[in-house]
Amino acid sequence: METLKTKKEEKKKETTMRISGAEAIIHCLLAEGVDLIYGYPGGAIMPVYDELYKFQDKLTHILTRHEQGATHAAQGYARVTGKVGVAMATSGPGATNLVTGIADAQIDSTPMVCITGQVTRSLLGSDAFQETDIVGISTPVTKWNYQITRVEEIPEIMAKAFYIAKSGRPGPVLIDITKNAQFDELDFKYEKCTGVRSYKPVPEPDASAIEKAAELINNAKKPYIVFGQGVILGKAEEELKALVEKAGIPAAWTILGLSAMDSDHPLNVGMVGMHGNYGPNILTNECDVLIAIGMRFDDRVTGNLQTYAKQAKVIHFEIDPAEINKNVKVEVAVLGNSKETLGMLLPLINENSHPEWVAEFEDKYQIEYDTLIKNDIYPTKEGLTMGEVIEQINEASGHKAVMVSDVGQHQMIACRYAKFKQTMSNVTSGGLGTMGFGLPAAIGAKMGAMDREVVAIIGDGGYQMTIQELGVIFQHNVPVKIVVLNNEHLGMVRQWQELFFESRYASTVMTNPDFVKIAEGYHIKSRRVVERSELKEAVEEMMASKDPYFLEVKVEKEDNVFPMIPTGASVADIRLK
Amino acid sequence: MEKQWYTISVYSENHVGLLNRISGIFLKRHINIESLNVSKSEIDGVSKFTIVVNTTEDWTRKIVGQIEKQIEVIKAFYHTDDETIYQESALFKIASHLLFDERQIQNIIKEHNSQIVTVSREFFVLAKTGRRHEIDEMHNALEPYGIMQFVRSGRIAVTKAAMPISELLEEFQEN
Ligand SMILES: Cc1ncc(C[n+]2csc(CCOP(=O)(O)OP(=O)(O)O)c2C)c(N)n1
Ligand SMILES: [Mg+2]
Repeated sequence: METLKTKKEEKKKETTMRISGAEAIIHCLLAEGVDLIYGYPGGAIMPVYDELYKFQDKLTHILTRHEQGATHAAQGYARVTGKVGVAMATSGPGATNLVTGIADAQIDSTPMVCITGQVTRSLLGSDAFQETDIVGISTPVTKWNYQITRVEEIPEIMAKAFYIAKSGRPGPVLIDITKNAQFDELDFKYEKCTGVRSYKPVPEPDASAIEKAAELINNAKKPYIVFGQGVILGKAEEELKALVEKAGIPAAWTILGLSAMDSDHPLNVGMVGMHGNYGPNILTNECDVLIAIGMRFDDRVTGNLQTYAKQAKVIHFEIDPAEINKNVKVEVAVLGNSKETLGMLLPLINENSHPEWVAEFEDKYQIEYDTLIKNDIYPTKEGLTMGEVIEQINEASGHKAVMVSDVGQHQMIACRYAKFKQTMSNVTSGGLGTMGFGLPAAIGAKMGAMDREVVAIIGDGGYQMTIQELGVIFQHNVPVKIVVLNNEHLGMVRQWQELFFESRYASTVMTNPDFVKIAEGYHIKSRRVVERSELKEAVEEMMASKDPYFLEVKVEKEDNVFPMIPTGASVADIRLK
Repeated sequence: MEKQWYTISVYSENHVGLLNRISGIFLKRHINIESLNVSKSEIDGVSKFTIVVNTTEDWTRKIVGQIEKQIEVIKAFYHTDDETIYQESALFKIASHLLFDERQIQNIIKEHNSQIVTVSREFFVLAKTGRRHEIDEMHNALEPYGIMQFVRSGRIAVTKAAMPISELLEEFQEN
């Protein structure tokens, strides 16, 4: 007994160290492979910042100029790397400033861990200075959250936070840590979390559902794939391509699925949804088997559900059981990780092709091209269009850049016309539609993919929501390429006002500052384009720059984005003008 | 689809924030929680929420899906009234003099199978366990004489068929 006990104690000595909670948090982050975090200090998180100072050679902290920027930067980082993004803030206003980014990460399934400081345990519930119930506030928009009030909880809870954020359908986790738990000491020992007994991240694939799916696909005359971010999160790009090619199925994407398949693939037929392509929307209501992969039938994708794909048998490949039959009733649900389930499906699929069916997509594309795409990307009218800017960027980047977009008309145009060769290259706020996402997300994306070009496409409205993050770009010389498509309006809202509110432009006209001067104020190379003749050269100059670069393009003030499915209308009633 | 009563049973880890998460799921969809009871369950360390709603099966199924998705929830089920044995309990506080002044009161106590929990000089307390309508009937019978206080609990229920949770939980206990 005696010897056993001493042995145990010796072992404890080896593997644990006596440190403060604040230092423990740093060791947890390091153990999870984190080397970059975004955040903003304040009273309740100061012990952790003090440790960040000591550990700065191992863990880089980027001071964003607003906590919202920290969350979006963490999201941008997560979206291009597949790793967990980390954001940190103080209690009270610091914590509440995180909420928009957390909600964005929740609805777009982005793995993120947010760490907030909290008033000391004895003050909880006393309306102390900068006390706010961030756990209560963030509950509906987090995958999981927890308040640590005792130092001993730190290692286990941090390990759980990272495990939950990245496993299964990823999402944001918030950990709130009271100040006493940061100051107190513990015997620190870290073990990664490998499971939580009440949580099953990935459902077991059901072989019989996969067989049923294969049978439907093999017998289909007009099969049609619509894929979403589940393909990217599941790393199933190769399997998707193999399925498309083997069975000869045309495939369309949601805006979060964009870049999972080469834009130039002959069976990549384009984008679904409100401002998606003509054929992919109309033909949704003509296919006989609709194969939905890692997408959730968002209302921006489906239009009116009562008239959505009623003729089709729907197969849904999905990791989250709660998504099955949530919006669209399905014939076959294939639960599981998309890479695994598509991998199981492939051997059961017959080689096939559907030339007539694919030709229908081509015909519809031709109609869309002639009526609007041509004028969008090769305009002959005087004013510059957003589409031609994107087209120029495509040419200058060789389809290799990461594109980050903000929210509005420019986002829809960017997603419609940008071309990609590589997956995880499109970063945009899809589900929440958060204006202000673009600039900070581009910072995170660039820092996560330093070897790649990162181009941010931002509207003049959204730009001004997080413009202060130019400070980060300047301070750390983050070589992102920022393109503001300036139409001097909150364009997307103005478009709706024009179409549905008899052109009453209530609060959508903006008098903007001199954006070039602002960029210059941050010592960022900048240029403004007002004439078509300068565009190509300006874009080339921007792409060639080794340093951060700001390009403002003055575009037509009252252009509209088409096609469009008006709210409540059917995908079949998509308007070309 | 038709609305009806559903009993939702949620087996979970006993975690402080979970009630907030679960009620938020109902709130977001404007579905009223008709009754809620939290207790321990047949398994050590596992809590059970018993939630009653009046809505369509489609909504109930979706809600159960969302509840089950919460990290601390082990498993959630829903059942119709036909599939469960369920009870509520109620307490009635009544002025003591009525017991002597109103002969009917004693009959009501007997007819409704209720028990006298305590009697003091000023008041006595009746307890009644049963279905909602049985409690309502007793309430209606006593009301004309004056009820000083009344309280009814949330529904508690067990299912007629076995809860398919058992194997899952056995697995837990082995670990
Ligand atoms: C935080 C936030 N507030 C409001 C909106 C509503 N909204 C959607 S698009 C849009 C206009 C965006 O204007 P701008 O950034 O100039 O882009 P444009 O549409 O002109 O390209 C607005 C106000 C939003 N999506 N996000
Ligand atoms: Mg604008």
